[in-house]
Amino acid sequence: MEVRANFYDLVESVCCDLYIKSLKEIPPDIVDAIQRAAATETKEVAKRIFSHYLESIALGREKKMIVCQDTGIPIYWVEIGGNLRIDGAQLGDAIVRGTERATREHPLRSSIVSPIKRENRQTNSGERIPIIHYDFGRDSDVLDILFMPKGSGSENMSFMKMLIPADGVKGVKRFVLEQVVGAGPKPCPPTIVGVGIGGSSDLCMTLAKKATARPLGTRHPDPEIAALEAELLDAINQTGIGPQGLGGNTTALAVHIETAWTHITCNPVAVNMQCWRAERRRAKIWADGRVEEGY
Amino acid sequence: MAEFRFPTPLNESDVRQLRVGDAVWLDGIVFGVRDGNLIRVFDRGVAPPCDWRGAALLHTAPNVRKIGPGKYEPVSVGTTTSMRMDRFTEGLLRDYGVRAILGKGGLSQQSAALMQHYGAVYLSVTGGAAAMETLQIEEIEKVYWEDLMPECIWQIRFKGFGPMTVGIDTHGGNLQHEVQAQAQQKTAELLRKMGIG
Repeated sequence: MEVRANFYDLVESVCCDLYIKSLKEIPPDIVDAIQRAAATETKEVAKRIFSHYLESIALGREKKMIVCQDTGIPIYWVEIGGNLRIDGAQLGDAIVRGTERATREHPLRSSIVSPIKRENRQTNSGERIPIIHYDFGRDSDVLDILFMPKGSGSENMSFMKMLIPADGVKGVKRFVLEQVVGAGPKPCPPTIVGVGIGGSSDLCMTLAKKATARPLGTRHPDPEIAALEAELLDAINQTGIGPQGLGGNTTALAVHIETAWTHITCNPVAVNMQCWRAERRRAKIWADGRVEEGY
Repeated sequence: MAEFRFPTPLNESDVRQLRVGDAVWLDGIVFGVRDGNLIRVFDRGVAPPCDWRGAALLHTAPNVRKIGPGKYEPVSVGTTTSMRMDRFTEGLLRDYGVRAILGKGGLSQQSAALMQHYGAVYLSVTGGAAAMETLQIEEIEKVYWEDLMPECIWQIRFKGFGPMTVGIDTHGGNLQHEVQAQAQQKTAELLRKMGIG
């Protein structure tokens, strides 16, 4: 299926919009979870912190304010419908242009620098940034773009280990729990704890990141892994770290696990956390130019 | 848990009365600092171009809109993770007379000991709640070291900045450290219960 004329300009506009709106409209599943956590909190300091979270969420939605100052590392998860005839190079360029336009036009803080010289182009782009993951949808006519402005407070709390098969699932549980507790207040809890199990080292971390983008309330389709998600969440919420690490009943909103098969000698595990706002925003774009935004 | 409201700059007697968990509001100038500008001060040996005696320093790097030469208005001003700046605590307190460090996530036990010694506190701002914080700003008065944008030194005037939670007091309290130490103990217990000794 051929895409319409100016399709890549449309992608650019949509990406610009995704970046700006993602920083202002916290997804409804996250808002619900923060409200529930606030309602069940018993500690005074934690209640104070949750009231600040809810006030900032409201300011984002009602006054169109950016909820957190961190504009993040821009990450796009792109799924190209198999029926679409798309020029991948032009698509990537359009995504970069949309990111830069949002930064310039809003304006947004440019959080992106070169790794050694720390040079900032003031565009939120640079070598290999924005990060664009590509995937393909079978029998689909839709270009699906999921955007995350990944904040650094939580991104800096990323951990991976090449466990060995003899460590088993017990090793995985220990690793996840110890890393979440070690991270303590730094990732702005309550977090979504993304866990990757299996694959190679790079795939394992990508799975952990992708797991954080799953909407709250979704479970891994394999019941054994879904049970592991529940067990780890329960344990994490017994640690008492609470919002901002000041003590409280909710330290994580969810544990999401994604898996891949791995090598006979390998047992990789990765943890990637998402802060309490868990910003994400999705757009579906059809070949004829129709656009639908969501989460 | 008591509530306090102070103008800046702060006196030693202001901060010595605070206890962890207390709620604090500040009025007046707060300086925005973070990785880039503190590395310039302490690793490159460039003295900060402002007077930090009694100052409250906020770990931040805001979103701003330029409205004239050296003049900016706030778009979104929030708070970043303090632990990255932990090794600068001693110099800030000893050499520059800072009385309060404002940030998120807390500082180390070493910083807490320095705060007890020099008479300074750590005020925990609610991370991620920048929208609320931005509305408490009256004006970005001055910006130093614009070449580091957005990691400049920001001279921001607040009205009713808070409530912040006292995270480290001058009496040996370090709330975030205590919560995390308890969580570590609990984790050992949980692992045993899960059959992972």
